Amino acid sequence: MALMAENSSGEPRAVRTFWRGFMASPSALTGLILVALVVGAAIFAPIFSPFDPVKYNPIDRLQGPSLKHILGTDLYGRDTFSRVIFGARVSLSVSAIAVTMALIVGGGLGALSGFRLGWFDTLVMRLTDVLLAFPAILLAIALLAFLGGGFWNLTLAIAIVYSAPFARVARAAVLRVREDAFVEASRALGASNPRILWRHILPNAFAPMLIEVTLRLAYAILSEASLSYLGLGTPPPAPAWGQMIADGRRTLELAPWASIGPGLAIMITVLGFNLLGDGLRDVLDPRLRRR
Amino acid sequence: MIPFLARRLLLAMFALLGVVILVFVMVRLVPGDVVTNLVGIDAHPTPEQLANLRRLFGIDLPIHVQFGKWFGALLTGDLGESLRTNRSIVSDLALRLPVTLELTVLALGIALIIAVPLGVLAAIRRGKTADYLASLFALAGLAAPNFWLAILFILLFSLQFRLLPSSGYVLLNENPLENLRHMVLPALSLGLSLAAATTRITRSSLLEVLNLDYVRTARSKGLSERVVVYRHALKNALIPVVTVIGLQVGTLLGGAIIIEEIFGLPGIGRFALEGINLRDYPVVQGAVLVVAGAFVLVNVLVDVLYALIDPRMRYD
Repeated sequence: MALMAENSSGEPRAVRTFWRGFMASPSALTGLILVALVVGAAIFAPIFSPFDPVKYNPIDRLQGPSLKHILGTDLYGRDTFSRVIFGARVSLSVSAIAVTMALIVGGGLGALSGFRLGWFDTLVMRLTDVLLAFPAILLAIALLAFLGGGFWNLTLAIAIVYSAPFARVARAAVLRVREDAFVEASRALGASNPRILWRHILPNAFAPMLIEVTLRLAYAILSEASLSYLGLGTPPPAPAWGQMIADGRRTLELAPWASIGPGLAIMITVLGFNLLGDGLRDVLDPRLRRR
Repeated sequence: MIPFLARRLLLAMFALLGVVILVFVMVRLVPGDVVTNLVGIDAHPTPEQLANLRRLFGIDLPIHVQFGKWFGALLTGDLGESLRTNRSIVSDLALRLPVTLELTVLALGIALIIAVPLGVLAAIRRGKTADYLASLFALAGLAAPNFWLAILFILLFSLQFRLLPSSGYVLLNENPLENLRHMVLPALSLGLSLAAATTRITRSSLLEVLNLDYVRTARSKGLSERVVVYRHALKNALIPVVTVIGLQVGTLLGGAIIIEEIFGLPGIGRFALEGINLRDYPVVQGAVLVVAGAFVLVNVLVDVLYALIDPRMRYD
């Protein structure tokens, strides 16, 4: 918040303050490094992965970890490490698109609801109550049960589930600043509602929303993995981490690495986003700083 | 207290009504329609056969009439019958609910047994090795997917050391010990992430309370640190913990779906997944309604409990 308040006086200084805080936070830095590693692996997957992730290779099936296959191979002789790297693409893209959709729809509705109040606010809040009345994964499973699996339905289901928390956070952030003097001042100067919301209120809601986005990405990765474990995600043979763990379970005694590898990848990614979110909270919102 | 309770109950009723409407609408999201999906395109049904089936399932009626009939039946406790087995969904759910409840309660118990002592230890040894280890546990527990932990536990305790069964279920009243042996790994897999979240909140809440004036007063009276922490600070520090646990019950209920599937437990989650695989939509609807209803109920209970523990809440 303090950072955003400085925005009007001079952006470079605010950015410098942010970076100084960010670089001093071990949590934020570690999180950023982990996330960068996973995102880098996903983007440059064809370069980093030593083998074709979908090509069957019966001669090499169920091989243990070795210099050739550092995470071993699966039932079909596919290299687990290459599949883990390519799996990052599915996991990250589903999560990133879903969270962006949830941010735009949920965050947008929440911000409007906090700004307009009245019947619109009541309607949006009761809608979020309904969505939050479902355990998150159950709502996603139910939606996919009826919509059918696949990349876009999976993304849509996760986006619907997470739009309610975004609406709540955005509304709370807008409510905090809507009565502030600078908003009153711009209103007195004759600024229109959209202008007040866009120029003055939303920049002040930026910090809590950024923190929420980072933490929700972690949840979305876990949700995507759970849903693809249940076979409700992207269809095979394209590798998805959850699906890989499910496949690996069939050969757990013979080739445990086929399940361990993708699980570690999920853990590293979620850990990265959690640490980054915690770090951003420490830097951006001193009131919420963890002890 | 009464206005607070009335408002909370009213909101819960609204949420429940919304849940009912949403669950009803979900079936209508099925691409094509339920009947075509159920029969399958390969069966080449004639239009007359399809029309007959639609009439049988009542989906030839206008949507508001369909909702009215379905909602009316729901109010009398009738969730319909399974399309595959023709068994009453309510009686199937009643058989499976105790399994899910047992799993959830055990997971909650495991989480509390681990988290509260660990959170307290981390707070009183702030900045020391114990604190770092507790934080490491919390970070890892929050990041590890529960279904993956379940598989690791099966690998370790069932396949490697052959200590505990990897699947199956024994009724609690038939053989309590065997029942417990079958529930240990599922409950541990489900409870660890809650333990991680609860460790964090216990630690930060206790640290906050330990800085308050009344704790300083207690210390200045010469009370031992042990009495200050356990008698004075912990009670207040556990208030936010109750809220977090209440919120996490949803995560437990949701997580139970996958854990039941992995360990072959005949609970509601597995029932729902069977319904999904067989396209038995009324089963899925029934299971989703019961779990969401239970979640709403738990949230109301937590709020009431919270208002009882902390009088400030009642006037919020």
